[in-house]
Amino acid sequence: MAEDSLNSAPKAVVIGGSTGSIDVLLQVLPTLTPPLTYVCIIVLHRRNTADSTLAHLFSLKTTIPVREVDDKEPIQPGIIYLAPADYHVLIEHDRTFALDDSEKVHYSRPSIDVTFESAADVFGSSLVGILLSGANADGTAGLKAIKRRGGMLVIQQPETAQATMMPQQAILNTQVDYILDIKEIGTLLNNLNL
Amino acid sequence: MVMIEDEQIDLLLSDLFELYGYDFTHYARASLKRRINRVWSLDKFPSFAELRYRLRTDTEYIKRFVEELTVNVTEMFRDPSFYKSLRLDVLPTLAAKPFIRIWHAGCSTGEEVFSMAILLKEAGLLHKSLLYATDLNPDVLASARKGIVALSQMKQYSENYLLSGGKADFSMYYTAQYGYAKFLDELAERMVFSTHNLVSDRSFNEFDMILCRNVLIYFDKALQQRVLSLFDESLGLLSYLALGAKETLRFSSLEAKYRPLNGEKIWRKIA
Ligand SMILES: C[S@@+](CC[C@H](N)C(=O)[O-])C[C@H]1O[C@@H](n2cnc3c(N)ncnc32)[C@H](O)[C@@H]1O
Repeated sequence: MAEDSLNSAPKAVVIGGSTGSIDVLLQVLPTLTPPLTYVCIIVLHRRNTADSTLAHLFSLKTTIPVREVDDKEPIQPGIIYLAPADYHVLIEHDRTFALDDSEKVHYSRPSIDVTFESAADVFGSSLVGILLSGANADGTAGLKAIKRRGGMLVIQQPETAQATMMPQQAILNTQVDYILDIKEIGTLLNNLNL
Repeated sequence: MVMIEDEQIDLLLSDLFELYGYDFTHYARASLKRRINRVWSLDKFPSFAELRYRLRTDTEYIKRFVEELTVNVTEMFRDPSFYKSLRLDVLPTLAAKPFIRIWHAGCSTGEEVFSMAILLKEAGLLHKSLLYATDLNPDVLASARKGIVALSQMKQYSENYLLSGGKADFSMYYTAQYGYAKFLDELAERMVFSTHNLVSDRSFNEFDMILCRNVLIYFDKALQQRVLSLFDESLGLLSYLALGAKETLRFSSLEAKYRPLNGEKIWRKIA
């Protein structure tokens, strides 16, 4: 599947999702083989409560450390970072996180577009963007930015998504590299682990 | 879609500093870049050269540009559990003071200041308190002074209020008029609004509590440290410093002198 197209190890994987995407991650996380050699950043639309139960929920499914992003925190490979509620997650050129509470994008903060665009700026062609289930238009502009910088685009197969709008928008409007079902997304994430 | 280059950002920032004295060089770059891209497309500049020319020549436009560079998003009783902790853990320790001075640094359009005034009123402390509310941006201060917010926000604000431990009927604090909620004069009477730039201005008083929430995330580490030292100079022993949900004193030179309160982003100066 993905191996032959990757001649260099990916530096970062950004995953975006909305309605229905938590379930996908709960299925994918247990299939990952630690340690991760790349940075993994997850941006999910969530209710605007500042609790960290989601990170806790995910950490029950994998031995890979799962952590909510802190402002100015240096980005390390091998960790799964989760965007906190009510902040956009940006990435600086010195590979640190920067949080931002500016206007919502597509009614969302955190917004997938914001993180994808910022990650594309910093990680360029060594970035993989994965877009999961969701009933929103967020993510498509971010994927375009990743493609412009030579990164790879992966979309959850709409038939396997609880909400199809987000993946469908992306398939219609971007140059997708792979459309994968849930199991294949897990396999891909392991294959990227070089 | 326009995309400003990093070198172009450097040019704009040095123009802003040299011509107008605004120093944005220690703001977090990734966020600043989004802001500049945003004004660029909002104001439909055909090229970077035209944006730069306008900035260098139009002193009226400068005002707008600086306003758009900063993020002014705010709400009342934002993070209700934070306000609950103010009610339960902080205000009772200030009650014995003859006079209470509070500084809201980066107060934006004032929602945080009115929330605080409501807490103080409910604790019976408002009459002997003074709320200094400052911001870099004169426009948001003008709006804060009016004491009005869109009526459409009030549903969420009263939910936040209740979650913060509020027991009253929230609607008694404002009157509704033409789609706006106007807060009682009684609340605004204890507030002083003024421009203050955390990058370049000095401390102007000693306070019992400083709130600076969701401002430091826009600064780089060096500027964060400068601003925290400014706050430290402005706080007496046993005074409080409150930061935003994702900001911290950890890893700063203040860490050893301040004790965190349980769970919330509130620290008490102990040395
Ligand atoms: C996101 S708002 C935070 C409002 C409020 N404290 C809250 O947490 O809801 C940030 C505010 O900081 C102000 N600000 C940014 N840079 C500043 C500076 N150098 N000095 C003073 N205020 C500044 C902005 O104008 C803006 O109103």
